[in-house]
Amino acid sequence: MIEANFFLGWDAFDLAVELRLPGSGVTALFGPSGSGKTTLLRCIAGLEARSQGQLTVNGERWQDSASGLFVPPHKRPIGYVFQDANLFPHLTVAKNLAYGQKRVDARERRIAQDHAIELLGITHLLERMPNRLSGGERQRVGIARALLTSPRLLLMDEPLAALDYKRKMEILPYLERLHDELDIPILYVSHAPDEVVRLADHLVLMESGRAIASGETSETLARTDLPLALSEDAGVLIKGRVTGHDAAYGLLSVAFDHGQTLRLAHPPRAIGEPLRIRVQARDVSLSLERPTGSSVLNIIPARVMTVAETDNPAHRLVRLDVAGTALLARITRYSLEQLGLCRDMQVWAQIKSVALLG
Amino acid sequence: MPLTSADFAAIRLTLELATVTTLILLVIGTPIAWWLSRTQSWFKGPVGAIVALPLVLPPTVIGFYLLVAMGPNGFVGQFTESLGLGRLPFSFAGLVVGSVIYSLPFVVQPLQNAFDAIGPRPLEAAATLRASPLDCFFTVVLPLAKPGFITASILGFAHTVGEFGVVLMIGGNIPEKTRVVSVQIFDHVEAMEYAQAHWLAGGMVVFSFVVLLALYASRRRTTWS
Repeated sequence: MIEANFFLGWDAFDLAVELRLPGSGVTALFGPSGSGKTTLLRCIAGLEARSQGQLTVNGERWQDSASGLFVPPHKRPIGYVFQDANLFPHLTVAKNLAYGQKRVDARERRIAQDHAIELLGITHLLERMPNRLSGGERQRVGIARALLTSPRLLLMDEPLAALDYKRKMEILPYLERLHDELDIPILYVSHAPDEVVRLADHLVLMESGRAIASGETSETLARTDLPLALSEDAGVLIKGRVTGHDAAYGLLSVAFDHGQTLRLAHPPRAIGEPLRIRVQARDVSLSLERPTGSSVLNIIPARVMTVAETDNPAHRLVRLDVAGTALLARITRYSLEQLGLCRDMQVWAQIKSVALLG
Repeated sequence: MPLTSADFAAIRLTLELATVTTLILLVIGTPIAWWLSRTQSWFKGPVGAIVALPLVLPPTVIGFYLLVAMGPNGFVGQFTESLGLGRLPFSFAGLVVGSVIYSLPFVVQPLQNAFDAIGPRPLEAAATLRASPLDCFFTVVLPLAKPGFITASILGFAHTVGEFGVVLMIGGNIPEKTRVVSVQIFDHVEAMEYAQAHWLAGGMVVFSFVVLLALYASRRRTTWS
């Protein structure tokens, strides 16, 4: 459990948050730039000496302004991954990695150097200087360097923001391995929805220095009362398991709560493997009767829950319930009125595309 | 041999003075430059201006006040006498004190620029990697500021070698004690020994040229690869 209450005021911006976050898994701090995500992360790291508040991480108190307690950053057992890696330019990759590791008591080292180097795929880079690395390589070294301090909390400040799509796709699998293989709670700052849905178990939504929502990722994404719902990117995250693969057509079946199954074109995966699936609201259309003769693969029964406005006055966002799992559909206001949609109506949701997040 | 033993004594004394002065300046200039680079205190402006004063003041003004302060009625003079050190004017120690003040901005300013250029980010990275502020200073700041230290040392040394007014005011002209090269040249010229003056003056020109050449060469190699 991480309890973070912070206040930090500047001329044009102030941060004021009170958060209870899970002490394990990946928590995403998500929001537009200038919303205070990075500032909050820096407060937790102890890099904002002016911050007021309390911070307790899994039972250890790191800051309590009321009693004057402020553990300086070098005494907090954290790992910090900076947006642009922030490697020491005068040290080789190997020496960058060793810098933090050798300052940690040998008995407290829980992550072996070889393991971190292998996990991030940087074995061939060890003798290079940082300015001879690509952006993606630099970022991987930065992550390994933070891990080698065996942190009890890993703070990542938009580690992928400075990278192009290709490099991003190159690093995301490494981050997923961190999540799966190491039992370190991670706070992950991002303004990219695709990273959040792929990595985060818990989601904190930041806006203008406030945390306006905090909750389980799939629940929070499906809420229609948050600014997340306004954008074209609105969508839900569904957790499911592989139930089969149709080799003849190359279709993977994934079942989620209460036996609903989605099919998608994808190479085979192990039966029973847990998967995350993203369904964007703009890819879901609704009809009152079960459509026949449709090319759409996934047509499932659903119940209308709420209707919300979006950033476009011609559009409405409909929240649906599919046997306990939330689904969002972005449809026109015209269609909404034509179909006469209202709460608890039974409809058929046609899902045009489904993205598998790994 | 064109140079006399008095000339050689002046050269040796000059190099000794410049070396001692540079070493002292690096020791006291580093914390001053670090403070100036990091502080947001109101005192930053006044302290920076005081450090820079020797850049604009005539050396005779600095020499005059140092002479007064270090004299028998000055507070520095009374302090050194109470410690049993005697008086500083017209001694090598007095020259060192004068040179340190005279060359201070030539060491502090390059160091401050180097510290400014490092910025807060490497320090933050070091802090998140468990390095205490002092640890970080020695393992991150000093290596990153190396070009600044080279520049500061070269400028501090060269500027001390080139001083004349301060030396003459507080050191006088005592052979093998306070008579440095610049004063020796002045003596030669006064005595109409132009040939002797040429050798020393020419040597200074060559020395200064080589120093500046080394400085520019060191600046070109500041990127890490």
